[in-house]
Amino acid sequence: MSAPYEASMDRRSFLRLSALGGGGLVLGFYLGSSGTATGASGVVGAASAPDGDFAPNAYLRIAPDGTVTILSARPEIGQGIKTSLPMVVAEELEVDWKAVQVVSAPIDGSLYGWQGAGGSTSTPNSYMDMRRAGAVARTMLVAAAAQKWNVQPSDCHASGGAVLRRGGGETLTYGELAAAAGALPVPDPKSVPLKDPADFKILGTRVGGVDNPKLLTGKPLFGIDQKVPGMFIAVYEKCPVFGGTVDDANLDHVKTLRGVHDAFVLDGSDNLNGLMPGVAILADSTWSAFTARKQLEVDWNEGPHANDSWRKFTARAKEISTRPGEAVLRSDGDAVAGLAGAAKVVEAAYVHPFISHTNLEPQNCTAFVRDGIAELWAPTQNATSGQEQVATLLGLPIEKVIIHNTRVGGGFGRRLSVDYMLEAAAISRKAGVPVKLVWSREDDMRHDHYRPGGLHFLKGGVDAKGKVCAWHNHFVTFGNQAGKAGSGGGLGGDEFPARFLDNFLGEQTVIECGIPMGPWRAPGSNTFAWVIQGFLDELAVAAGRDPVEFRMDLLGTRDLVPGRGSKSQPYNAARMRGVLRDVADKSGWGKTLPRGRGQGVAFHFSHQGYIAMVAEVTVTQAGELTVDRVVTSVDVGSQIVNLSGAENQIQGSIVDGLGTARYQELNIKMGRTVQGNFDEYPMIRMPDSPKAVEIHYVKTDYPPTGLGEPCLPPLAPAVCNAIFAATGKRIREMPFSRTNLSWS
Amino acid sequence: MSSYTLEVNGEPRTVDVAPDTPLLWVLRDSLDLVGTKFGCGIGQCGACTVLLGGAPVRGCQTPVSAAAGLKITTVEGLSPDGSHPVQRAWAEIDVPQCGYCQAGQMMSASALLASNSNPSDQDIDDAMAGNLCRCGTYLRIRAAIHKAAEFAAVGKGART
Repeated sequence: MSAPYEASMDRRSFLRLSALGGGGLVLGFYLGSSGTATGASGVVGAASAPDGDFAPNAYLRIAPDGTVTILSARPEIGQGIKTSLPMVVAEELEVDWKAVQVVSAPIDGSLYGWQGAGGSTSTPNSYMDMRRAGAVARTMLVAAAAQKWNVQPSDCHASGGAVLRRGGGETLTYGELAAAAGALPVPDPKSVPLKDPADFKILGTRVGGVDNPKLLTGKPLFGIDQKVPGMFIAVYEKCPVFGGTVDDANLDHVKTLRGVHDAFVLDGSDNLNGLMPGVAILADSTWSAFTARKQLEVDWNEGPHANDSWRKFTARAKEISTRPGEAVLRSDGDAVAGLAGAAKVVEAAYVHPFISHTNLEPQNCTAFVRDGIAELWAPTQNATSGQEQVATLLGLPIEKVIIHNTRVGGGFGRRLSVDYMLEAAAISRKAGVPVKLVWSREDDMRHDHYRPGGLHFLKGGVDAKGKVCAWHNHFVTFGNQAGKAGSGGGLGGDEFPARFLDNFLGEQTVIECGIPMGPWRAPGSNTFAWVIQGFLDELAVAAGRDPVEFRMDLLGTRDLVPGRGSKSQPYNAARMRGVLRDVADKSGWGKTLPRGRGQGVAFHFSHQGYIAMVAEVTVTQAGELTVDRVVTSVDVGSQIVNLSGAENQIQGSIVDGLGTARYQELNIKMGRTVQGNFDEYPMIRMPDSPKAVEIHYVKTDYPPTGLGEPCLPPLAPAVCNAIFAATGKRIREMPFSRTNLSWS
Repeated sequence: MSSYTLEVNGEPRTVDVAPDTPLLWVLRDSLDLVGTKFGCGIGQCGACTVLLGGAPVRGCQTPVSAAAGLKITTVEGLSPDGSHPVQRAWAEIDVPQCGYCQAGQMMSASALLASNSNPSDQDIDDAMAGNLCRCGTYLRIRAAIHKAAEFAAVGKGART
């Protein structure tokens, strides 16, 4: 399967993270042609097709009684993939969606390649494979029917879970054909005919989540819901200063407490994204474990980062900004001369803090390590990496690590890291019993792998004609190694408006710190879009031009703008102009609004999606913000897979983008995260959500791509720019709640 | 440890736990009713919302000793087959993304509808502000509560 573009920066970020624990990642997809799919070493039997089932590949099977089972091989983290990819298989298979049962596939790289959810890659990387998986089966079922009737396959066609003979009344159901089809050779998946999208019956309709019946009746679906016989509940206390180690703990006392089974120290490693040192307590119930933990006293060796603070970081960044950056990301023309010759120059610093993922299901994992086998029930979005890293930790062959990928109570990138899986495995190994490790909310917020903070020091110039004549950004970011930005903290040299300006200079300097970092929904883009589209708005104002017209002009007349270097992607300016034009049209851009109300526009390309957004806000004189309406135009290619799921992702991205921009920040003091729970870390709630969200799909003749991430980045700048239009207040700091929006 | 007899979803259940054990963990650990979720432990997120004597409470802030003698309703008690108007509405609108918060959302919504059969958007915002949805399904929750109100009204009409 070839993706339409090279791997994106975001995808690389998490792949790098995935690889931290060693072990190569198996990338790509396999359409196994085995009719007797078995799991790794035969230990996992969930995918094994019962005898007599027709199972031409690892994604579907049809029983003689006609039952159609489609296997979902990707983690379900709320992005709807367990519904949408099986819809693709069912479409090509020609079965009624209501007749399909969807089950989760086992974690088995030999059958499914990488089993993770990240970078909005599942749809673009799997769409054609899933179509072919269904089409292979349909082709074989048609061939089996043709054989029975002694006619040509072209005399038959498939519909509604049966093969019909053209011109005659004969019909054979898929169940009746299962045995005969199973005896046929499996054709090359690339050789089988695919349906004309005009004939799609399932794709592009609204389909509810396949787990909804269980979810809505409270069935045990999530990691935290798992229960294994003989299991103890484990809690794990780590040093509040990142990277600190255990010196001593009052284990003897803790072991005497009510319900406590055991308590011990794990040495862990020095990998900030891996198994960190800490103290484990095992108890007979969650409450016993939580209660005993209150009496745990640990002396920590706090390590070299005990004096890190956000205040010092920002002071240092300002000092760094006065010097050339340590790396030149990209240089075109002469930005310094361009600024010197500009009619107007704007200078601004944009600042965004470290933030947490705050999955509502706190990190947890159930593990049972015994007799050379490790079995884990994990709410992970990176099961393959978890399997590899647990195998490495325990010194087990990969096939002896069995992962049950449960439903996941929110991913957002946090669960691409598998630290909680390593902790559970290490605790179970040491204690010799099955354990369910449950993090508290405070553990979750204080031991996240955070979205990196960053400071952008920008200078931009517009010429006498109102065109951008120079752009210079010195981005100060954070990393755990000198010169290397943390995951989601690196700015790409090609990032817009690079490639669209004659005089462009992008520089980057990394502040070394001990804060663990990881991909956070739309890594990089989630803050860069605000910085870029906010600053562009400042330049449009300086130029005295309409923000949409100004952006359209900047996008120019070229269609496909090539990237530079191995890490870049082409930028399809025609697609971006398409969504920008559409959103201006649909939103009624340019209407006259009274003071205190305003429209703002932004666009961003990420995760292969081209998204433009217009926000309409009201700001009272006292400075109270309401987002009245968000209109977005979305180009993710030729086909929306599930209209309901797509809309849910876009609405969610908009709400999440707004909550993050308005409220979220972590403070770092004395090497640790200050905030620990939602009382100190406000989250967006229903009353603050946009009052209306309107979604418009601009369909283009490109392969379908994902929607888990690309609609989040443009929200913050669209709102920020709308606030400026309403009030004249320019927000250059996240969260927006730091800026007083009152006006008179 | 003390023994408590609770009325959970219409059935008497006896548990032997410490008196300060939150109802949340009694439901999840002792009674295997895991639909009620742990999110924050300080009553801020609403994932553990259950009905106590018909009123929505935070299971993580309600000690078992305070729940004894009152009717406790959890998501499992709305209906086992998804036929409660709130469950039907949630399915029809396809509300969930990750779904982790939705049991708590549905319990708050069912309490709202029990006291206000036709809530306005403002009523809904007020009643639901204590329930976080990290995935941002708030627009759909709002729509689903209106839909549930419709279902409930039709159901009542059919019965009379």
